[in-house]
Amino acid sequence: MEQLLQQVASGLANGAIYALLALALVMIFVSTNHINFAQGEMAMFSAFVCWQLLNWGYPFWVALPATMLFSFIIGVLIERIILRPLHTAPLLSVVVVFIGLLAIFHSLAGAIWTHTVKPFPSPFPNFTFAGSGIIGPHQIGMIVVAVGMLALLFCFFRFTPLGLAMRAAALNATSARLVGINVDWMLALGWGLAATVGSVAGVLVAPVVYLEPNMMAGILLYGFAGALVGGISSPGGAVAGGFIVGVLENMVAYLGNMLERATGFYLIGNGEKLTVALIIVITVLTLKPSGLFGRVTVKRV
Amino acid sequence: MSNILEVKNLKAYYGPSQALHGISFSLAKGGITTLLGANGAGKTTTLRAICGMVRAEGTVTIDGEPVTGKATESVVRLGVGHVPEGRGTFTELSVEENLRVAAYTRRDKAAAARDLEMVFTYFPRLKERMDQQAGTLSGGEQQMLAISRALMLGPRLMLLDEPSFGLAPLIVQEIFRIMRRINEEAKVSMLLVEQNAALALDLADHAYVLETGRVVMSGTSADVKSDEQIRKSYLGY
Amino acid sequence: MATTMTTETPANGGAAAETVPLSGLRRPVSKWIWLGVIFAALLPLIGGQTGLISNFYFLQLSLMIVYSIAVLGLNLLIGFNGQISLGHGAFFAVGAYVTAILIDRYEMHYLATLPLAMFVCFVIGYLFGRPALRLEGHYLALATFALAIAVPQFLKYRHFEPFTHGVQGINIFKPDPPFGMPLSPDQWLYLVVLACAIVMFIIARNIVQSRMGRAMMAIRDQPLAADTMGINSARTKSITFGISALYVGLAGALHAIIFEFVSPDSFRFELSIAILVGAVIGGIATLSGAVIGGFFVQFIEKYADAVTKWVTSTVHLPIHLEPWTIYGIVLIVLMYTMPMGIAGGLASLWRKIRPPG
Repeated sequence: MEQLLQQVASGLANGAIYALLALALVMIFVSTNHINFAQGEMAMFSAFVCWQLLNWGYPFWVALPATMLFSFIIGVLIERIILRPLHTAPLLSVVVVFIGLLAIFHSLAGAIWTHTVKPFPSPFPNFTFAGSGIIGPHQIGMIVVAVGMLALLFCFFRFTPLGLAMRAAALNATSARLVGINVDWMLALGWGLAATVGSVAGVLVAPVVYLEPNMMAGILLYGFAGALVGGISSPGGAVAGGFIVGVLENMVAYLGNMLERATGFYLIGNGEKLTVALIIVITVLTLKPSGLFGRVTVKRV
Repeated sequence: MSNILEVKNLKAYYGPSQALHGISFSLAKGGITTLLGANGAGKTTTLRAICGMVRAEGTVTIDGEPVTGKATESVVRLGVGHVPEGRGTFTELSVEENLRVAAYTRRDKAAAARDLEMVFTYFPRLKERMDQQAGTLSGGEQQMLAISRALMLGPRLMLLDEPSFGLAPLIVQEIFRIMRRINEEAKVSMLLVEQNAALALDLADHAYVLETGRVVMSGTSADVKSDEQIRKSYLGY
Repeated sequence: MATTMTTETPANGGAAAETVPLSGLRRPVSKWIWLGVIFAALLPLIGGQTGLISNFYFLQLSLMIVYSIAVLGLNLLIGFNGQISLGHGAFFAVGAYVTAILIDRYEMHYLATLPLAMFVCFVIGYLFGRPALRLEGHYLALATFALAIAVPQFLKYRHFEPFTHGVQGINIFKPDPPFGMPLSPDQWLYLVVLACAIVMFIIARNIVQSRMGRAMMAIRDQPLAADTMGINSARTKSITFGISALYVGLAGALHAIIFEFVSPDSFRFELSIAILVGAVIGGIATLSGAVIGGFFVQFIEKYADAVTKWVTSTVHLPIHLEPWTIYGIVLIVLMYTMPMGIAGGLASLWRKIRPPG
């Protein structure tokens, strides 16, 4: 029983990361109708930036906001300079550009900080408490920070004028222009925010998986799975999807372990996590591409 | 200048094909002018060209200020409220959010609040439906919302594209009555594009008839209404 | 050369198109191509015997040709059919492993493994393509992206180990030339690979110029209306996916034989990207672009490090720049300046300067 609870708790903690990534993906998808394949590498790069700041002696409460600001600016610049001119370009061109960005971020991180695996400190104090056997302080921290960020973003979009303007720009760009909103800047801001959200995910997960250029690829895959399960056009859905997929990932491994202990037969376990993610992605795309909470869009000939 | 809108030799293009071949007209401050003509005559294109939504050449001035080549949102910020074809409401946002988003660009928040009250006096039905999702409103209510959203910009000039489209006659009459009130009370000039010529000519003081991207006739509404030949050839009644 | 060899039609939104003649006129293959092919075939004779071209270079050429086959497969899917795949490395892996397992475990003759590798890849590609049918562009990109990331881990699955030897991989040996021909194994393999490539290019050309090819391109250009024109979109798209997988699988199989080794980590995500980069740089809606693309993929594998070191030292960068940074930048710049790739760019240039008539 305790092991099951541990798995659920750790699933939720991982799910928090997937939820953040899924949200970043959905924010960009809803406003620009594109999937940011470079999201994982951008988050990884941000994690390295944070590490560097920490290495230079800055405390966490300086390094993290600085990293978030840096990521925000990079996101805005990418949208304005690289993606905007490709506004009307065919899908393949845009996808190739995303892959190009992926390659640049990945290799730049390797060039600047080398490929050696580095430990990343956790910002959360390491103390023992009642539930320590089931969940660790960093995991609680992951969940709390992620949920906190999500709540902040929710309030921003729902209650502030800028948030409303950004939602309007994403929902109907032409109508947004007709009420005087500068849609191009709204898209850029959206990108900046998405990059910031991604950077938080990267910094939160680095202590767990250790910092190195390859750290985010598999996590991004789970972020995609979460976004698809929840509905890639629904921010709330994507967040729910992230948590669901996080718990699911661990449940599958847990059940596999139980099966092995009971029958001696190893069917599935920790070594198949990426395959499980792939199966989730394919299943959702085949059966219900709009996910649990997303909308189905009709295309007119 | 007494003209809120001056259009000179306006040409407009959809890609390689030319939709407007150099039209000219003007709208006096406080007046209502209507653009009439058959489908495809270029009426909607004219409104879009004024707002910078299609590639255009020529001169368009809003209260003396030239706007050709400006981005849509810049034209809008000069005080132009465009109620587009198909209403253009944010169907996933609530009525309240639709109205609030239009006030986003306004500096004077107090004036925006007053305008919201004004909108409710014209369209009390909207006040009842504030939290409802805009997409679930009836056609008439959506049209009211679209007009209100334009009003929330505090415009000097409103461009209306086929406000009667797809609505029952009683609702249309109500909306047109309110449009007259808006024009008289809030002093908003209007450029109205309509398929329903009879309705438009009752509301407007001046009319221009368009055919395949050119102005073929212009005059006061009274003149156009009384000219039987024009009515039969161009307006269908 | 580019315009006379094949029918070329740019992908959506590209520059002025050269339309495929509907009457199905087959343009004759330019004599330059035939000359080039004969020259290539004679290389072992010319270079090998005289020692002018070392085995190492034959190896490089073989790899380049192998990647051209892979890029050609991806081209058929992306350039001619308008679908997208970020995960074709998976089929490369399947082809490589099928061949390696058949040779290693069942001691099959290496040439016999090739049709089997192609068949398996076709089936898997077709099956993958079928559910992917209803998916719009970015969803398919997403699904194939997921495929590419999951492949190495999938290949390490415990229950496959009797066949795959898990992380250790499979070692096989280069075959000796048959009938005691006076060629080195590298030279013989070069000829084998060249022969395969010629066959596959001819087949690709025939597909592109056939009714099937026109259906593929119709789906690319007017996806929603293609069905109303009497084209079975679903079947055509799945078959195209299968065919493109078949090509990449053959490339993988040949690569395994040349390299003499396969392991799960040889088929990471970077491979899928490399093939895509090659296709894009070469020119995605042209057959000739595949040759250029193949050259680039091999270049990426082999020479990029050296070039990057040179760049780093000349520009005095404080960091040791990696090749993929330059590729990323090149990719992005290309999408702006030459979205049709080098072959496409050359083709437009050729059209501009060619004398009229």
